[in-house]
This record gives sequence, structure tokens and C-alpha cells, in this order.
Amino acid sequence: MKRAVFFAPLIGFVALVAILYAGFHLNDPSRLPSALVGQRFPGFQLPELTSGKVLGHQTLLGEIRLVNVWATWCPTCLHEHTTLMNIRRATGLSIVGINYRDDGEKARRWLSLYGDPYDFTIVDASGDLGVDLGVYGAPETFIVDADGIIRFRHVGDVNDRNWNREFLPILDSLTDG
Amino acid sequence: MVSSLLSGLLGVWVAGVSTIDAFEFEDEAERLRYSALIAEFRCPKCLNTNLSGSDAPVARDLRRTVYRLVDEGMTDDQVRRYLQARYGDFVLYDPPVRANTWILWFGPPLLLLVGILVLRRIGSRMTRVSLSDEERAQLEAIRKQ
Repeated sequence: MKRAVFFAPLIGFVALVAILYAGFHLNDPSRLPSALVGQRFPGFQLPELTSGKVLGHQTLLGEIRLVNVWATWCPTCLHEHTTLMNIRRATGLSIVGINYRDDGEKARRWLSLYGDPYDFTIVDASGDLGVDLGVYGAPETFIVDADGIIRFRHVGDVNDRNWNREFLPILDSLTDG
Repeated sequence: MVSSLLSGLLGVWVAGVSTIDAFEFEDEAERLRYSALIAEFRCPKCLNTNLSGSDAPVARDLRRTVYRLVDEGMTDDQVRRYLQARYGDFVLYDPPVRANTWILWFGPPLLLLVGILVLRRIGSRMTRVSLSDEERAQLEAIRKQ
């Protein structure tokens, strides 16, 4: 009994260290949980990148889509671009781009240079749609179902690993249901 | 050394005041509300800075959004809910009491309670020490030496 009391502070200390250590690995502090999963995709009236035609959020309805937030000032977006091209080629899934806080001319040049995986690209020059989507950087990618409900949000680049581990199961569950 | 420290401090100071945006307010009360609100929210990009102290593009967008909402006549609480709906609890420095924030809110008082109990135990054990007459005599003898 006495011995247990003697060791109690040490045990408590070790427990505290273990909890704090686990906290380091719990999740990346720069990855925020999304408040938007399960919510309707926010409304917008914004021009398309190449045609200049003003699009509303109803253009997203009717099909499961990936909505990818990108910009030419974002180096990770370039890295991600190849993956998006591959996904588009391999799956035929609809991908919609949101050109976020960018220069239209540069964005068009980028797409003609590296290829265009997007059905269409919505221009969010002011970042207002980004605020409605809770975007805090680029790239970010959302899965939006045919009813326009956000099903998944990924911050950072889409790569083969997270595509297989995170995106595919959700896409599968959406097409099954 | 001192000068580099000073210039570093100056850098912080400049960063602190460089984020003043040119917004026009209807009256002083509205301007104060705006300033209080942007000081209250946490910048989603930079983790440990508030909106007013950050130069990140997203912080600028959010300041503009807060300005627009205040201008449209939203109450402080409505502005808070608006940002929380988009960026989650993260933007609030003051997290709501929930199952997963329980330890955050009640952990420290609990530890304090444990500490008080331990101290009381130790305290009560100390007062319980009593000397026999013989021991008392010995103690006196030692003191007189």
C-alpha cells in the first residue's frame, strides 16, 4: 500500500507524458476538421474561367463531382495536377475546378500548358466562395454528391495514397447507395 | 545582439499594425464591434494568430467578410455562428463544451482537486505526529545543549 502511494506521482507523470505524446500524433494541427461535411454546397454566381459565362451552384447538381480548389501561385497544386489528370482519365469522374484568388490569364495558360482535367472552372477571384467553403489554403478537394451535398473534404494535395484510402471508399459508398 | 533583438521586435510591431484595412464604418460603435470581432477569431491558416494580426490572404478575406456582416447588421453572435458554420470550432478561441472538449474544460479543475486532496492527506499525517513524555524530555535536553 505504502509502495503504491510512493509510486503514484511517477505513474501519474508517465500517464501525463503518454497522453501528451499521443496528442502529437493525434492529427496534424494544420488539418482542421470540416464544418461543411453533410451540408449543401454554398450558393454562388461566378464566371467560368474560359467561357466567362456566369454559373450558379445548380450547375453542380445531377452528378457526383470532385470540386478542386486550386491556384497558379500554389506549388502543391502543380504537383497534384498530374494526379487529377490521371483520375480524370482512369475514372471519367467529373472534376470541377475553383480557381481561387488567382489571375485569370495565368490560370488559362496553366491549363493549356499542363492539361485541363476540369469539366469547367469557377473563378473565385475575391475568395468569397472560398470563405463560404471554409477554404484556408489550396489545394483543397471536396466530394459533392448529385444532390449538391458535400460528402468529404480533403485539405492538401490529392495523391495515390489518399485517393485509394480516403476518396475511393466514399465514392464507392455514394455509387452503391 | 541587442539591435537584432530590437529589429525583431520592431518587425513584430510592424506586422501587428500592417493589417489595417481601409474599411469605412457608419459609426464608431460599428468600427469597435468590427475590431473586437477580428481580434476574437483565430486565423485558420496561421494557427496561433488572430484575424486582426494576420496577413495571410484567408485572414484578409475573413476580415472583409466580418466587415460585410457587421455592415449588414448582424449581431456579434450571428457573426460568430456564420464563421463557425464554415470554419468549425477552430476559429473560436473559446471552444464550446462538448464530449471531445470535456477534458480541456474540466481537466484542470480536476487536477486542482486531486492536488488539494493530496495536500490535505499529507497535512493530516503531519499533525498526527505526537511525542511520548520520554521523547519530549529528550527533545528538551537536545534543545538545551
